[in-house]
Amino acid sequence: MPNYNLNINNIQKSVDTDTDTPLLYVLRDYLELNGPKFGCGLAQCGSCMVLINGRATTTCMLPVSSIGQSKITTLEGLTGTTGKLHAVQEAFVKEQAAQCGYCLNGMVMAAVGLLNKNPSPNELEIKKALELNLCRCGAHSRIVRAVKIAANSFK
Amino acid sequence: MTNFPSESRRRFFKDLGYVSIGFTLFSSCLGEEDQIMAERVPYNDTLPGSMRRENHVNAWLQVLEDGNIRVLSGKVELGQGIRIAIRQVAAEELDMDLDKVEIHLAETGVTPNEGYTGASASIQNSAMSVRYAAATARMELLELASKKLDIKVDELLLYNGRVKVRGSNKYLTFPEILEGVQLEREITTPIQLKKKTEYRYVGKAIPRPDIEKMVQAEATYIQDLRFPDMVHARVVRPTGYESKLVQINASGLKAEVSGVLKIVVLGSFVGVIAQREYQAIKAEKHLKKHTQWTTVAPFPETENLFTRIKKIANKPETIRNEGDFETETIHTQIIKSTYTKPYLMHGSMGPACAIAMFNGEVLQVWSHSQGIYPLRDALASMLEMDLDKIHIISVPGAGCYGHSTADDAATDAALLAIEYPKRHVRVQWSRHDEQSWDPYGPAMIIDLAASLDRNGRINSWKSEVWTDSHSTRPNSDAGTILAARYLEKPFQMKSRGFLAGGHRNADPYYRIPHLMLKAHYYDGPLRVSSLRSLGSFANIFAVESFMDELAEKAGKDPLEFRLEHLDDDRGIAVIKKVMELTASLKSKDGEGIGFAFMRYKNTDAYAAVAAHVSVDKENGKVRVLKLWAAVDVGEVINLDGIINQTEGGMIQAASWTLKEQVTFNPHEVTSTDWITYPILRHSEIPEVEVAIIDRPNEPVSGAGEVPMPPTSAAIANAVYRACGTRVYDLPIRIHKK
Ligand code: FES
Ligand code: FES
Repeated sequence: MPNYNLNINNIQKSVDTDTDTPLLYVLRDYLELNGPKFGCGLAQCGSCMVLINGRATTTCMLPVSSIGQSKITTLEGLTGTTGKLHAVQEAFVKEQAAQCGYCLNGMVMAAVGLLNKNPSPNELEIKKALELNLCRCGAHSRIVRAVKIAANSFK
Repeated sequence: MTNFPSESRRRFFKDLGYVSIGFTLFSSCLGEEDQIMAERVPYNDTLPGSMRRENHVNAWLQVLEDGNIRVLSGKVELGQGIRIAIRQVAAEELDMDLDKVEIHLAETGVTPNEGYTGASASIQNSAMSVRYAAATARMELLELASKKLDIKVDELLLYNGRVKVRGSNKYLTFPEILEGVQLEREITTPIQLKKKTEYRYVGKAIPRPDIEKMVQAEATYIQDLRFPDMVHARVVRPTGYESKLVQINASGLKAEVSGVLKIVVLGSFVGVIAQREYQAIKAEKHLKKHTQWTTVAPFPETENLFTRIKKIANKPETIRNEGDFETETIHTQIIKSTYTKPYLMHGSMGPACAIAMFNGEVLQVWSHSQGIYPLRDALASMLEMDLDKIHIISVPGAGCYGHSTADDAATDAALLAIEYPKRHVRVQWSRHDEQSWDPYGPAMIIDLAASLDRNGRINSWKSEVWTDSHSTRPNSDAGTILAARYLEKPFQMKSRGFLAGGHRNADPYYRIPHLMLKAHYYDGPLRVSSLRSLGSFANIFAVESFMDELAEKAGKDPLEFRLEHLDDDRGIAVIKKVMELTASLKSKDGEGIGFAFMRYKNTDAYAAVAAHVSVDKENGKVRVLKLWAAVDVGEVINLDGIINQTEGGMIQAASWTLKEQVTFNPHEVTSTDWITYPILRHSEIPEVEVAIIDRPNEPVSGAGEVPMPPTSAAIANAVYRACGTRVYDLPIRIHKK
C-alpha cells in the first residue's frame, strides 16, 4: 500500500492507504480527527470541509494522492496551541449558532476560508461563501450573524 | 470501555464506580453567612407520564461521591438542548450551582425508560420528572440531616451541596448525610417546589455548554465513536422494498478491494465487514454490482399519487362530530377546498450510524435512536435474546426531526456484530440509503368544507383527511426495524394501520357550532413514520389557508376573522403579538404578508407566524423574505433554547413548503441526494424573528414541533397576497401563463 506524508495542523503525518482513499477517510479513520464530518460523500453539503492552504475545501471526494504537501487545517487545528479559540469559533459560541451542530465544522471552515480571502465581507458575500454548506436544523441566521461578528472582530 | 450495569444499580455509590466515604460529623465553614433561601410552595397536581414506571428519587438523580449531582434522563439529545434544560431544573430545586449538576442521557439499565424522545414531550416528561425528583431529594436530604444532627428541619438550610445549621458554622455535605446510600424516597405529592418568582436558572437563556465543545471538535457524535480494533461495515440494501436476494457473486471482491474481513448473508440481508471504512464503502459498491434481486411489482400510478390515495384508502373514521354539519349545510352555500402535501423526508445532515459488539453473551449497541428501550424490545424479538442481554447506550447523532433511520442502522450493526463477535462493528449509512430508505412523512390530502352565517362567521365546518401512518417506530414487533424484514425468516410489520397523529390539528381550534372531522387511512407505496409535527403540518397548512379563504368570502381581515372565532386569551395573545411585530411593515409591489395560527394538538403550545414573501412576476419564483413567530409554550425553561428551536423550525418548514417533495418512479425512490432532493440553502434563507410569551404559572409544553405547521400556511397566505394565486398543493409552484 502506498505511503503518504501529509501536513496536517502543522504536523507531518504518515499514512499507508490506497491511492483513491478520499482525504475525509484519512483524516477520520486513520488520524482519528473528528472535526470533518461525513454528510454526503458527494461534495453537496460541506460537512467534510477542511482548509487546504487556507481555502475551504470539501474532502469527501478528494483522493489522498492529490494532496501532496498542501497545508491541511482541520477544525481541531483552528484552536491555537494555547487553547485560544479562533474568532469564528468564538463567535459561534457567542451566538449559540447551532442546534445539533453536525454542520458546524463545515460552516466554521467555510467562514474561516472566506475571512482569509476577504476580512470584511458583507452579508451577501457571507451567504455566497456558505452556499454549499447545508444545515437541516435551520441554524442559518445565527450562523451568518456569527460570521459577521467574527469579521468585525478582525477590524 | 463501558461496564454492563447491574440491575441493582442505583442503590449505592459504589455501583457507579465510586467508593463510599467515611462519616465525618460537622464540617465547618467559618464566617459564612446564612444564605437567604427561596420560598417553597406545595405542589399537588398530577405527575408526568414518565414517572409511572420510575417514581423513586434515585431513578432520576444520584449524589456522586464528590457531592455533585448526576441527573438521569431517558430522553436523548437531538440538538434541541435537552441536556442544559434538565440541568437547569435540577440545579434550581436543589439550590446548587449549575456546574455541579451533570446529566446522563438514555442508557438501558441505567436511566429511566421514557419510551421515545419525540412529540415535543421531553420537557413535559423528563424535565418535570427531574424537577419533582430534585425537590423530593431536597426534602429527603433535609430530613436525613435533621435526624443525624438531631436538629429540626426548620433550623437547617440546604444549598450548594450542603445542609447547614442556621446561624452556625456547621454543615454536612450530601455524601456525609448519605454515607454511601442513594436517595430512595418515592416521589409523591405534595412536593415542596421552589417558588417560580425566585428562580435563578429556569426561564433564563443559559448558553449550551455543548456548543463550545462542538466548535472545537470535542463533542462526540455517534459517528465519532472509536474503539480499539473496531471494524467497518456496510449493508448492501435490496433494489426495492420487496426485493429478495437471488444471488450474490463475491468471488472477485477480495481481488478488487483490500481489507475485506467478512461477507454476511442472512436471507436477503447482505453486509460486508472490512478493516477500514473506505474499504467497506468500496466493497459495498462492488457487491452492489454483483448481486441480483427479484424485481417486484412497480409502484402503481405514481404520477397520480393523490387520485390513487383516494382510491386505495379505507372508509373514514369519524373522529369528531359536534352539532350537525350535515343538516346545517343542506340549504346554505358551502365553500370547499382541497389541499395536498407530498412525502417529505427527514434529511438529517449526518446519515445513520451505529456500533455494536457481541462478546458471545451480551450485545452492546451504541445508537442515536430516539427510543433505546423500544429499540431493545425490537432487537430482542428479532434476535430471540433476553432483554437483559442487550445493552443500548444513546449517543447524539445529527438532528433527526422524528423517527428516522437510526434504529435501522442499530439493527444492521447488531446483526453484523453477532456474525463477527468480539469486535466493535461500526455501520455507517450512505447518503443514498439515508434518503431512499427513510421512513418519510406521509403524503396527505385534506378536503375542507364550511359555511358562513349571516354575520360572516363560520357556522359549520368539515375536515376530511387522508393519511398513511405517522408512527412505525420500533417496538416488540421486530417488523418495525428494517433489516428484520429481509432475514431468512422475515418479520413483517403487523401494526401499520394507525391513524393517530394523522388528523392532529385537522379540527380547527376556533369556535364553530357544527364541526365534523373524518379521517381515512391508506397504505401507501413508500415507507413512512413520524416526521416533526406529524399530520399537523399538512392539516394546519390546509386549515389556516382555508381560514384566509373564508375571511375573504366574509369580507373580513384575516386576523380579525381569526380573533372573532377565538375564546382563548393565550391564543389571542400570540396573534396580537405577531400583529404588533409586523405592524410597521409595508409590502412593495409583488410582495405580500400572510399569517397563520395554531394551538399544537389543540391542547399544547400556541403559535402565530407571519411571513413576508415576494413572488417574481416573470418566473413565479417565491422568496420568503422574513418570518416572525410569537410562541407561548407555557413555562419557559431555557429561553434561548426555545428561540433557537423556533427559528430553526420556521426555516425548516419554509424549506418543506417551498422546495421539498420525495420523488419516485415505478421502481425506486429518485430523491437520493441533495441535488434530487433540494433543501433551502443560505442564499434562500429568510430572516427570522421570534417573540416568546413566558407563562411561568402554566404547565410547560414542548417547542420543537410548534413552529412547523403555521409557517407553511403563513407563507401560502402571503403568496396569495403577493400574486393572487391560492396555494393548494405543496411544495408551492406558481405557474406563470
Ligand atoms: S460530506 Fe463532503 S460535501 Fe457532503
Ligand atoms: S445545526 Fe444541525 S445541521 Fe446545522
